[in-house]
Amino acid sequence: MSGSPTDKTPHASGLKTWPHNLERTDGGGLYEPPAYKPRNAVLRWLEDRLPIIGLSYSAGVSYPTPRNLNYWWTFGAILTFLLVAQIVTGVVLVMHYMPEATMAFDSVEHIMRDVNYGWLLRYLHSNGAAMFFLAGYIHMFRGMYYGSYKSPREVLWILGVVIYFLMMATGFMGYVLPWGQMSYWAATVITNLFSAIPVVGDSIVTWLWGGYSVGSPTLTRFFALHYLLPFAIFAVVVLHVWALHVVGQNNPTGVDPQTEKETVPFTPHATIKDTFFIALFVILYAWFVFYIPNFLGHADNYIPANPAVTPSHIVPEWYYLPFYAILRSIPNKLMGVIALFASIGILVLLPWLDTSQVKSARYRPLYKQFFWLFVLTCVLLGWLGSKPPEGGYVIMSRLLTAWYFIHFIVVLPLLGLVERPRPVPDSISAAVKVGRKAAVVAALGLGLGAAALVGTSRPAAAQEHADLQPPRNTWSFAGPFGKFDRGQLQRGFKVYHDVCQTCHGLALLSFRNLGEEGGPEFSAAEVAAIAAEYKIKDGPNDQGDMFDRPGRPADRFPPAFPNEQAARFVNGGALPPDMSVIAKARQYERGFPWFVIDMFIPYQELGVDYMVAVLKGYAPKPADMTMPAGMQYNMYFPGHAIGMPPPLSDGVVTYTDGAPQTVDQYAKDVAAFLMWAAEPTLEARKRIGFQVMVFLVVLTGLLYLTKKKIWHNVGKPSEAARGQDPKATTI
Amino acid sequence: MTTMSAAEPTRRDFLFVATGAAGAIGAAATLVPLIAQMNPDASTVAAGAPIEVDLAPIAEGQIVKVFWRGKPIYISHRSKKEIEEAQNVPLASLPDPQADKDRVKPGHDQWLVVIGICTHLGCIPLAHQGNYDGWFCPCHGSQYDTSGRIRQGPAPANLPLPPYAFLSDSKIQIG
Repeated sequence: MSGSPTDKTPHASGLKTWPHNLERTDGGGLYEPPAYKPRNAVLRWLEDRLPIIGLSYSAGVSYPTPRNLNYWWTFGAILTFLLVAQIVTGVVLVMHYMPEATMAFDSVEHIMRDVNYGWLLRYLHSNGAAMFFLAGYIHMFRGMYYGSYKSPREVLWILGVVIYFLMMATGFMGYVLPWGQMSYWAATVITNLFSAIPVVGDSIVTWLWGGYSVGSPTLTRFFALHYLLPFAIFAVVVLHVWALHVVGQNNPTGVDPQTEKETVPFTPHATIKDTFFIALFVILYAWFVFYIPNFLGHADNYIPANPAVTPSHIVPEWYYLPFYAILRSIPNKLMGVIALFASIGILVLLPWLDTSQVKSARYRPLYKQFFWLFVLTCVLLGWLGSKPPEGGYVIMSRLLTAWYFIHFIVVLPLLGLVERPRPVPDSISAAVKVGRKAAVVAALGLGLGAAALVGTSRPAAAQEHADLQPPRNTWSFAGPFGKFDRGQLQRGFKVYHDVCQTCHGLALLSFRNLGEEGGPEFSAAEVAAIAAEYKIKDGPNDQGDMFDRPGRPADRFPPAFPNEQAARFVNGGALPPDMSVIAKARQYERGFPWFVIDMFIPYQELGVDYMVAVLKGYAPKPADMTMPAGMQYNMYFPGHAIGMPPPLSDGVVTYTDGAPQTVDQYAKDVAAFLMWAAEPTLEARKRIGFQVMVFLVVLTGLLYLTKKKIWHNVGKPSEAARGQDPKATTI
Repeated sequence: MTTMSAAEPTRRDFLFVATGAAGAIGAAATLVPLIAQMNPDASTVAAGAPIEVDLAPIAEGQIVKVFWRGKPIYISHRSKKEIEEAQNVPLASLPDPQADKDRVKPGHDQWLVVIGICTHLGCIPLAHQGNYDGWFCPCHGSQYDTSGRIRQGPAPANLPLPPYAFLSDSKIQIG
């Protein structure tokens, strides 16, 4: 743009601002986008008093948008869609969630098990957060690549950074709400960042907690803020869009449109293109929700919060990993926290750090390379954030952290002086058609980078014996069309009933679940008979005494032990974990490239495979290993010393359906049963998922055809030049 | 827009209508879980299973209140006098005419089981009060007789009967 004779920034030379600075195609002065004309008296009456329809019309219908926007420009609409989706699913989840330390975890499981479509709403919300960040990062990198932060779009960009910061706060507080182990320790670690502040740090942390440690008051206030902040984000989004409409959209050339014919009306052109890409994005979103809903989460978060035990390897969600790496790379506590906040804060200064007059990286050969280097830096920092802070990882983190800041503070200011930009076209119409190749490469790079981040963010729970991976089994419930094998679930329940329940509870399950669709599907009479076997504490009766009565289908499985102390006392100090969600609370490290492949296969049975491996993994201890008293050697158990004696032996449970009565069969059956116990809605999820996928593919296809039809004339400048006005397209 | 546009409208219109229809179907389907989630969840439904009540400890003339599905259920062990009062009222004089024999189980005239929610606006009427030896609603003054029928006040209908059955002479199952 610099030195170009047609240079016209909206504020230069007293020109009117976008979109009133466009020239008419026929050369007859300035272009005026059509205004809303009320069709009847009532609308006119309203319009005279509150011109809200007119405002919507000029902002969302007649608003001229550059005709050469590529697909990366649809992420703003995708983000808006996701924000609304998050707010809607969130408000609905709040109707069932309990923000209190003793109830939060169970209330989330209550949503997953009992609330109508609760599993769907919760998976939409938790995966929606990840999708929000994925789309947000693409949106931000797009802005960086095409220089969308440069004059006159500085405020627009800064508002975006504010949104990003609010998103991070919201996402973090939302992650605390399920009150699992990762929730609890994320809350502890992140709030402790503030303890780095000299003098008042500790008081601030106590104030944030509302106590002397993270506890129920912390959870409740995080909940309140998690409900509030999305509306704050919404408000800033309104400002963001307002600012966008004042200065107009940037476009891949970085040269603002100068004439009407370089634009198309927002509706139908941008509307249909955005809708098409939202539908495409929703397919990805739905893949996660219906087929790999826990892929982006941490297994540890299915373990209820325990203030006495920190997970062996705590890692934030993938979208915070680069910043986590920056935090840990600095050996000084205060400096680490400052670096963390500076790495986000520096984005605010980006419009002034970049001294180049040219916006789009298309015409900046050097910047383009440094841009991709910066993307790579962020991805690598993300990968390092998932690794333990030791050895070579620390050195790499430090180098990359340094580069992160050098990119902003040194590279960008210098590039503007050193770089010789390629000739910038005078206008959008004159821009040379650039091949799609770069965009495809970029998409692949970003996709792979995100995938790498996602995969490596899993905690390396069993890092020390990554050499020994649990063997994969064949499961009837694996894959998009998986269904439980009823016989296997019934046998698995028998194994649990005859063996496991002596020590392991199933606290989140009710007897009625055993008869529900998609489970073992025992008959009503069988369920009642099973329930009646158990003694349920009830009361008080008329005399004020508690009493035992036989269980009823609506009752939950009673605990194996009255309390934790009793359990530990009987079990030599070890606490047999509750089995309700154990299949989702256990995982093992898959390593690269398997975690990427797992997304597509999709392989989600890590927990059950691990359980089978542990149940069958007892072996004589290696000669060089000392085993603590009362512990058993197990090949697959983390640390190899397990408190549980080998629970299964051939013939210990009697099957009536002719299945082999072997340890191998028992282990698989009980693992399958526990998978169902952890995810009783699995079959419904996969069934509805298939319906949704088919629908989405049809809808996306239709939207694509509609988009093609609407854009039919726009893509052909030669026709437009012959007088076929692209805006003549009508619907 | 000359020859081309003349041939196109039908195909294009069809495409637009089909796309719009698919979008509308999707939007409607999305509403299903959002609305269904507010219906009683599975645990609430399960907790609403029938309950059994032992009638043996309830003395003649006594009214006890038990809860089923969160609703108060009055079980009244009626005395001879109360039964006679209930049976001898001329039906024509009642705002919501119903014979007493239709409000109790055959052979169990002494047991009246009603849902203790005033049919006016949902308050809980007080037992053994009012002018008819039955129930009196403190909210707006509705009065029910010993058969739980509305006799006076703004309530439009008799106290409703819950589904119940006698398992034995001294035990009922409600629900």
